[in-house]
Amino acid sequence: MSNNTEFTLAELMIVAASEAWRCDGEVLASGIGVIPRLGASLAKLTYAPELLMTDSECFLVEEPIPLGPRGDYVPKYSGYMSFERVFECVWGGRRHAMIGPTQIDRFGQTNLSVVGDYRKPKAAILGVRGLPGNSINHINSFFVPNHNTRVFVAGEVDMVSGVGFNPARWAPGMKQDFMDIRRIVTDLCVLDFEGPDHAVRVRSLHPGVSFDEVQEKTGFPLLKAPEMGETPHPTAEQLEIIRRLDPHDLRGAQIKGNPPGIRTAA
Amino acid sequence: MNKLMTTADVVAQLRDGMTIGFGGWGPRRKPMAIVREILRSDVKDLTVVSYGGPDVGMLCAAGKVKKLIFGFATLDAIPLEPWYRKVREAGGLELMELDEGMWQWGLRAAGMRLPFLPTRCGLATDITKLNPELKTIQSPYDDGEVLLAMPALKLDVALLHVNVADQLGNTLIEGSDPYFDHLVARAADACFVSAERVEERLVLTPERARFNTFERYLVKGVVHAPCGAHPTTCAPEYGWDMSHFKRYVASAADDGGWQAYMDEFVTPGEAAYQDKNGGIERMGKLPLPVF
Repeated sequence: MSNNTEFTLAELMIVAASEAWRCDGEVLASGIGVIPRLGASLAKLTYAPELLMTDSECFLVEEPIPLGPRGDYVPKYSGYMSFERVFECVWGGRRHAMIGPTQIDRFGQTNLSVVGDYRKPKAAILGVRGLPGNSINHINSFFVPNHNTRVFVAGEVDMVSGVGFNPARWAPGMKQDFMDIRRIVTDLCVLDFEGPDHAVRVRSLHPGVSFDEVQEKTGFPLLKAPEMGETPHPTAEQLEIIRRLDPHDLRGAQIKGNPPGIRTAA
Repeated sequence: MNKLMTTADVVAQLRDGMTIGFGGWGPRRKPMAIVREILRSDVKDLTVVSYGGPDVGMLCAAGKVKKLIFGFATLDAIPLEPWYRKVREAGGLELMELDEGMWQWGLRAAGMRLPFLPTRCGLATDITKLNPELKTIQSPYDDGEVLLAMPALKLDVALLHVNVADQLGNTLIEGSDPYFDHLVARAADACFVSAERVEERLVLTPERARFNTFERYLVKGVVHAPCGAHPTTCAPEYGWDMSHFKRYVASAADDGGWQAYMDEFVTPGEAAYQDKNGGIERMGKLPLPVF
């Protein structure tokens, strides 16, 4: 499959997101938001047909559903996954979710609740939602559309909603074994937690992005993965699938200015 | 046996300081006709237990909420619930912010008359730090694991909106996802439901009877409230009203915005509310959202 240089940053990020679900086996793949959902859908349609997916409501589908108004497309349901069943799935650990938290720290702890003081916050966001339960029970990856030091904070996130690798937060007897934080896909790079003591590493840089730029826009120190290279470009086959899954180009509105995938250095 | 009553009869059962649980999920199948009746009343100092949508936002805007027991507040298509956000940022709300799973776990404990149920959810987060009343417990078995003991969330009153009910209190939730209304109903001393349609007595096929998710002995009152979930969804019948949501969101940006919203939509009563929103002919045909 030849590389195609005509792709957007969003499409590059969809492909990078799809890589997060490689080798997970039969788990529920929950990509929350346009790019994570397209990433999960792409994974299922290429190397991971074993993944389970829903229609983003409560039915399981074996064929990922295109985003937005469907025209004459009729979803093919294969099973049922109500919110109640999602909790049973989450607590049983058979899920890999990718969500976009408001803040992430060097421990992989995440915040979706408030920015600033908890009692009188600068900004109230959604609330912790399912982050506490997701993070302690199953595999999680994260998506960050605008990589900066307000997202990747110094110290801890303002309200620890999702658990991470911070030993100070874990009391003796609490089970950490089910926590599994994999990737962070941003508009600059792909990060993981595979450094010494789960230190954050840059796994790959998007075309035209330098390690120094990523470090400058991150509130904690980063390591370079030994194999750190350029984030793989979408193939023609992948682009064809993405365009079919997103016929209304919702992905084009996800990254500010919808920049091309190959950026020239600023 | 006839449990039929009005929204005013339901609200007459409420007292200041009560703990009230709401069915639905975010902007989906919320008992909004009853919420509007609460907004018209002088009931106050409520502890509101909800997977929050505009029920939470409007009760916050009206100053009815003393304490919120919740995992989120959102309008989904508009991610940030405007009045929850505004009131939350002003400080002063008492909070028990919970993981979504802990929330239903606490209701489940209450419904089963247990003091708590164990879970891992919430451990190693700020939830336990911010809510010191949440205790841990060690497994009495060989594993000795330390777990969070999610306390029962007991409700004085549960308020739900369903598709169909009868005068005996039998209910059908016909949307694809029944959410957790059954647990809200079980956790409460008294449950009141509003319904799109009320029949004298349901006579059901086996297929349709499966839409009944909790028993009528839990239901103390039934209100006939067509389009009673508006502006939230009531699948499979109607979707959320985005134009109304936008008007509601705008009210949080204006000085006096809430009073203006009350004057326009709430104070004149439910019939006037329907007229203002194009009548039930329009409200009942709003398309379901597609994701």
